[in-house]
Amino acid sequence: MENFSPFVLPFVLGSIGLLIICVYKYVRWIRQFDRLQHKTLLKNIFSIKFLPAIGEMFRECLLHVRISKKNWRLGYMHRSIAFGWFLLILVGAIESRIGTKGNFHYWVAIFYRYFHQVPPENHTAWVFTQLMDLLLLYVLSGIFLALVKKIKSNLLGMKRATKHTLMDKAIRISLWGIFPLRLLCESVSARLYHNGGFLTQTIGDLFSTNVASFLEMPLWTLYSIDLCVFFLLLPFTRYMHIFTEVFLIYFRKVGLREHTKMTGFTKFELSSCSRCGMCIDACPLYKDLGITDVQSVYLLRNLRNLEHHKDIIAAGKNCLMCHRCAEDCPVNIDLMNIRRISRDKGDLDITNAYKYLFKVKSFNAIGRVAYFGGCMSHLTPSITESMQTIFRAVGQKYWYMDEDRSICCGRPLAQQGFNQQASKLRRKVTDLIINSGAKMLITSCPICYTSFKKEYKLPIPVMHHTEYIDKLLKKGILKVNKSDLKVTYHDPCELGRGCGIYKEPRNVLKAVANLMKTQNEKENSLCCGMNLGNTVISLEQQTIIRNTALDNLTAPNPDIIATACPMCKKAFKHGTNANVKDIAEIVADHLVP
Amino acid sequence: MAEFGFSISKTRSIKLSDTDLSKYRQLLEAVPSYNRCIGCGGCTASCTARQFTDFNIRKTHWYFRRGQYDNLEQELQKCMLCGKCTLVCPRGVNLRSLIINMRQILTNTNEIIG
Ligand code: SF4
Ligand code: SF4
Ligand code: SF4
Ligand code: SF4
Repeated sequence: MENFSPFVLPFVLGSIGLLIICVYKYVRWIRQFDRLQHKTLLKNIFSIKFLPAIGEMFRECLLHVRISKKNWRLGYMHRSIAFGWFLLILVGAIESRIGTKGNFHYWVAIFYRYFHQVPPENHTAWVFTQLMDLLLLYVLSGIFLALVKKIKSNLLGMKRATKHTLMDKAIRISLWGIFPLRLLCESVSARLYHNGGFLTQTIGDLFSTNVASFLEMPLWTLYSIDLCVFFLLLPFTRYMHIFTEVFLIYFRKVGLREHTKMTGFTKFELSSCSRCGMCIDACPLYKDLGITDVQSVYLLRNLRNLEHHKDIIAAGKNCLMCHRCAEDCPVNIDLMNIRRISRDKGDLDITNAYKYLFKVKSFNAIGRVAYFGGCMSHLTPSITESMQTIFRAVGQKYWYMDEDRSICCGRPLAQQGFNQQASKLRRKVTDLIINSGAKMLITSCPICYTSFKKEYKLPIPVMHHTEYIDKLLKKGILKVNKSDLKVTYHDPCELGRGCGIYKEPRNVLKAVANLMKTQNEKENSLCCGMNLGNTVISLEQQTIIRNTALDNLTAPNPDIIATACPMCKKAFKHGTNANVKDIAEIVADHLVP
Repeated sequence: MAEFGFSISKTRSIKLSDTDLSKYRQLLEAVPSYNRCIGCGGCTASCTARQFTDFNIRKTHWYFRRGQYDNLEQELQKCMLCGKCTLVCPRGVNLRSLIINMRQILTNTNEIIG
């Protein structure tokens, strides 16, 4: 057969093996979708929602735009390897298709310089040869950076790189071998057939003809074997993310979401993690407490293999649910939900749970707004009092639905994996709200807010009190005096990163005082440490995390530290002599009498 | 208003030497901060669930501590895990963790994955 040599066999076998394993895995995962996910997929499979996915696949799987935004050196490294390799394959395929004039087998594209043993015959061929060398150089620069990162991660702007398993280390060696080997192979062939470009020809000319012809076959064989090893290990290692992320982006665009149990969709998410380690640097448990084995990257890895059951449970529990890792994850994996899945307590008997709530009756609140303080606000009554002052100031009739007895919104249970219990509470609270006839729900607690917004399906608008006050100020209904007090604002995890409310609290604060900037704010704000998500770390450890957040807030020397969460307020109050207040309190202090 | 959390209990005696305290020890290992509990009852006084029913979290963990496990699992189902008790506790006992762990030890279950 023309254009064939036995050395291509490992490559051919490896690539066929890779294809079979991937198809097998993907089909299995898709079958493991739950009912809702299947329905969504079937409904939208051919919809045009798919179109924007193509752009995102290109940006994220090849160009790695999100990583670049956070860290351009790391972005360059990922891009040069991913995009460079992609182009190498694409351009190589075009070049060999033109060059072989129809006598084309798919391996020829990979080993073209071996099979095409003549110097570039025309301008086009010459341009292709140079271009291929340029691309190879581009990929090699990425591999070089990866090596640097391995030796000294902080040169690439990372405090801590991921600790990899043996398998991951093995495949990494094979990956790093591919491109230097290719360079050597092509150089040696360039020496023999003068078909190289600026890079391979120059290096090739350093060899003598004898050495080159002696090395040629062993080198190409080694290159082929290395590709084979890489392909066959790939589905069992982190490099599975290369293909999986493409599918994940598509599934997300057609509307698939994570649910409370592990499904096939979760499997796609788990395998899309490249173990880049950006979630480690983001984590307060690492930064402040030096805990290094619970971060999302490790949880995902263990969940993916479903091994180290004890580690999964231990790591699953030890997390603040502060969303910092999810915010930084370049693959946008739904890390908070996966964390919850790892905490799933399964189907417990709940027939008797919360029976005592049956007798709680609703209130006729037609025409009023419902105000839900939340359990935590009961420990900070100044917040709820301020909100009532504000309601009265604008003449808004309200129903303070948990004034003397509060029912929990259910999120603290859900966060700990008690999903059925949580939904039982949600059903009760939903009934109370709907039966009351209230036209809007306002809450002071970001935890409840997240719950109402994302986990309840309420037919009325839900607002956090900062949104509500901002709206009143914009409409001119609420009149406030601006003082010259200086304030810094703490973005609560659930309100900021969790629900994306950054603007409204700042608008309100700017209307009543002088808002100062802090080092870490908005998406980058720090956790107050008291988050209900974690049940493992001790009070002392929580205090350390809180102090870091406080240092950030007190640095500009403000008169008031403002927050929008009763829990954060309580956390900070105990840690500083400075004045800590909720936005509602500050507004209530500045009302025009 | 719910009644205040300190009603007078019937006198009874527990022979600690004959009681199986292994579950309690297991609990202490999982939640070391429970060592610091002084039985003040702050947790019960602040409890969200207690506003609706006669659930008494201090009594519950105190029974557990004394090896009296009867009916505790049913009792603990009343808790909503809201976390008020944890925030109120003057001794920094991680009550939410305590409650989750008591339930897991009593029902002999753990998280299920997969
Ligand atoms: S979870 Fe996201 S940030 Fe963490 S290693 Fe995986 S891809 Fe990177
Ligand atoms: S949510 Fe916060 S505490 Fe948990 S792993 Fe992510 S960064 Fe760390
Ligand atoms: S509030 Fe704390 S110290 Fe007091 S009884 Fe409850 S757990 Fe013990
Ligand atoms: S977490 Fe449970 S025991 Fe503690 S206050 Fe809430 S309902 Fe009561």
